[in-house]
Amino acid sequence: MAMTTDPVTPGHAGWLRWLVVAVPYLWLILLFLAPFLIVLKISVSTTAIAMPPYTPVLDFTSGLGALWEQFQEFSFDNYVFLTEDALYWKSYLSSLQIALISTFLILLVGYPIAYGMARAKREWRPTLLMLVILPFWTSFLIRVYAWMGILKPEGLLNQLLLWLGVIDQPLNIMPSTLAVYIGIVYSYLPFMILPLYATLEKLDETLLEAAADLGCPPIQAFWKITFPLSLPGVVAGCFLVFIPAVGEFVIPDLLGGSDTLMIGKTLWAEFFSNRDWPVSSAVAVVLLAILVVPIMLFQNAQKKVTE
Amino acid sequence: MAGKSLTAGKSLGPIRRAFAPWNDPTAKPFIQFQNVTKTFGDFTAVDDLSLNIYEREFFALLGPSGCGKTTLMRMIAGFEEPTSGQVRLDGQDLVGVPPYRRPTNMMFQSYALFPHMNVWDNIAFGLKQDGMPKPEIAARVDEMLALVKLEKFAKRKPHQLSGGQRQRVALARSLAKKPKVLLLDEPLGALDKKLREETQFELIDLQVKLGMTFVIVTHDQEEAMTVADRIAVMDHGKIVQIATPAEIYEQPNSRYVADFIGEINLIEGTISAIEGGITTLDCTGTGAKVQVTQDGGAKVGDTAWFAVRPEKVAISLTPPADPNVNAVTGEVWDIAYLGDVSIYHVRLSTGATVKATITNTTRLVERPITWDDKVWLTWSRDGGVVLTR
Ligand SMILES: Nc1ncnc2c1ncn2[C@@H]1O[C@H](COP(=O)(O)OP(=O)(O)OP(=O)(O)O)[C@@H](O)[C@H]1O
Ligand SMILES: [Mg+2]
Repeated sequence: MAMTTDPVTPGHAGWLRWLVVAVPYLWLILLFLAPFLIVLKISVSTTAIAMPPYTPVLDFTSGLGALWEQFQEFSFDNYVFLTEDALYWKSYLSSLQIALISTFLILLVGYPIAYGMARAKREWRPTLLMLVILPFWTSFLIRVYAWMGILKPEGLLNQLLLWLGVIDQPLNIMPSTLAVYIGIVYSYLPFMILPLYATLEKLDETLLEAAADLGCPPIQAFWKITFPLSLPGVVAGCFLVFIPAVGEFVIPDLLGGSDTLMIGKTLWAEFFSNRDWPVSSAVAVVLLAILVVPIMLFQNAQKKVTE
Repeated sequence: MAGKSLTAGKSLGPIRRAFAPWNDPTAKPFIQFQNVTKTFGDFTAVDDLSLNIYEREFFALLGPSGCGKTTLMRMIAGFEEPTSGQVRLDGQDLVGVPPYRRPTNMMFQSYALFPHMNVWDNIAFGLKQDGMPKPEIAARVDEMLALVKLEKFAKRKPHQLSGGQRQRVALARSLAKKPKVLLLDEPLGALDKKLREETQFELIDLQVKLGMTFVIVTHDQEEAMTVADRIAVMDHGKIVQIATPAEIYEQPNSRYVADFIGEINLIEGTISAIEGGITTLDCTGTGAKVQVTQDGGAKVGDTAWFAVRPEKVAISLTPPADPNVNAVTGEVWDIAYLGDVSIYHVRLSTGATVKATITNTTRLVERPITWDDKVWLTWSRDGGVVLTR
């Protein structure tokens, strides 16, 4: 990344280049930075019985002086409040825990699938890939509802097990944290399989022959050659699964019980049930701050791979 | 180049001349292929092939692309199982023995270095696999690094090395376990000519020093001639001839081998007489009779081919004085100047072309023989061979 000193190409080509560079930035400013600033602003406001339900509402038409006065009203009370009520940090911790365990489970399930796909006959691979992507053609919400139909006490799973005589009382899988794990593992599995498949498929099979030639049986060769070389895929898959899983709302809401604490649910309750926009905004900002760490780790890992 | 091969030949001469277990009927073959056939689907890659390779031999497999050389070698290493027939190593049947239990190591054409390990770990891989004690591993890896002159690169990853350095790492890795058999699949293909020649002599040196059996696959005939004790020339999954480099060159058993190795003049004819050790061919191509001191197993009346190497054909502006040499006359059609030698293409009155090589012993200021000159081509009766197939 040396500083480039080449002169800006004049005229048409120069403009075009600026445009190409500017488009993604414009996109980020419009769709990420602006909403974030709004949320940030609400998080330092105070609740009010009004529409919108917080003060101050910034009025950019009333001149600089008035604007300054409105700025004076900002406070960090909401953030302080988050530390005072155990519900919040428990929700954060529980979310991280559920996301972490889910990520591990997804890796455990996804790796063999991706490995099998990458080792399948060449002509089979597009079909297998299609099968992994196929669920995306149905709405995420509908798929979670389908799981409710399977897991609920009078659902398909219990009916099957009762009919088989494996159990004589319906299992209470749903609602519970276990159901949340099942839901997350199911929903995020493709995000683990795809990057894993991409790295495993690229793996040069003569490396495994070379390992065997040097006296390494297949299982050892997996741990010494295949797995280390698939680490970029493992890392990418884990982050792709972990980051959205922390903030997951739909799955814990539909499949989880009242004891399943997740920050997405807490945030939703704060926003819609309590109508406390400022506190829920603060919850969102802190969630973002927590996720910045793994996101940066992820980018670091990706950079190392491209080197 | 010529000088280099001369010195190498000299240093190895006595060892190599004495080494000829294939002529000893009591010698036990080390690697043995018995009627081995390998098919992929309905394609036969190796066709009912039998072959003996002896301990401490440097054996070369030579042949055009797709003739089954790699397949043959992969059957020794254990990556392919023969469809039928047997492969034995030191008397033991190898069929069903997985690659990781075979006392063979292979240097892959693509090197197949482990990209996530540095040079040191790559070389140590097989040793660690054998559970060798750590200090011994360190000593052996250092020994191998010194051998391939890569001591300074031990901590580098494969992608930080040049092609030639990678090739050396691959060689060191396959040598590290000091296997009974080392399989080299086009090991020098990616190197430039000079480095390739250097490494060829390093390989010969190593093979003699370590007393191992080497099998090399190549489609560079010069390379095979340089390194090998014996060469097997293959075609379509079959072996056409197995012999020492000199025999292959001087006594090819077929037009296929004669044509595959080096330059050769092939002239079709009919055997008209075999008398007193002299075979006479009536050559339609040259419009003359050719006499040879060898009959190649042909009988009078057979169609056969007379084969003579261009360097054994002398070219002159005057007819030969000796009546016992073969002579034809023609016009110089083309001259290819190659630096050390010039190849003269002489067109005979019948329309056939015969090539003759002349060593350029003096600086080429003025050619004594040049285009369109009427010349005589002569070769002695033992200069060429009669081929029947
Ligand atoms: N796994 C396979 N499936 C189908 N055909 C194969 C397979 N491996 C080799 N072949 C075929 O067998 C034949 C011999 O292949 P092989 O690799 O032994 O050739 P080679 O003599 O090493 O050629 P080259 O000099 O190009 O390396 C080729 O025609 C090839 O297409
Ligand atoms: Mg090959």
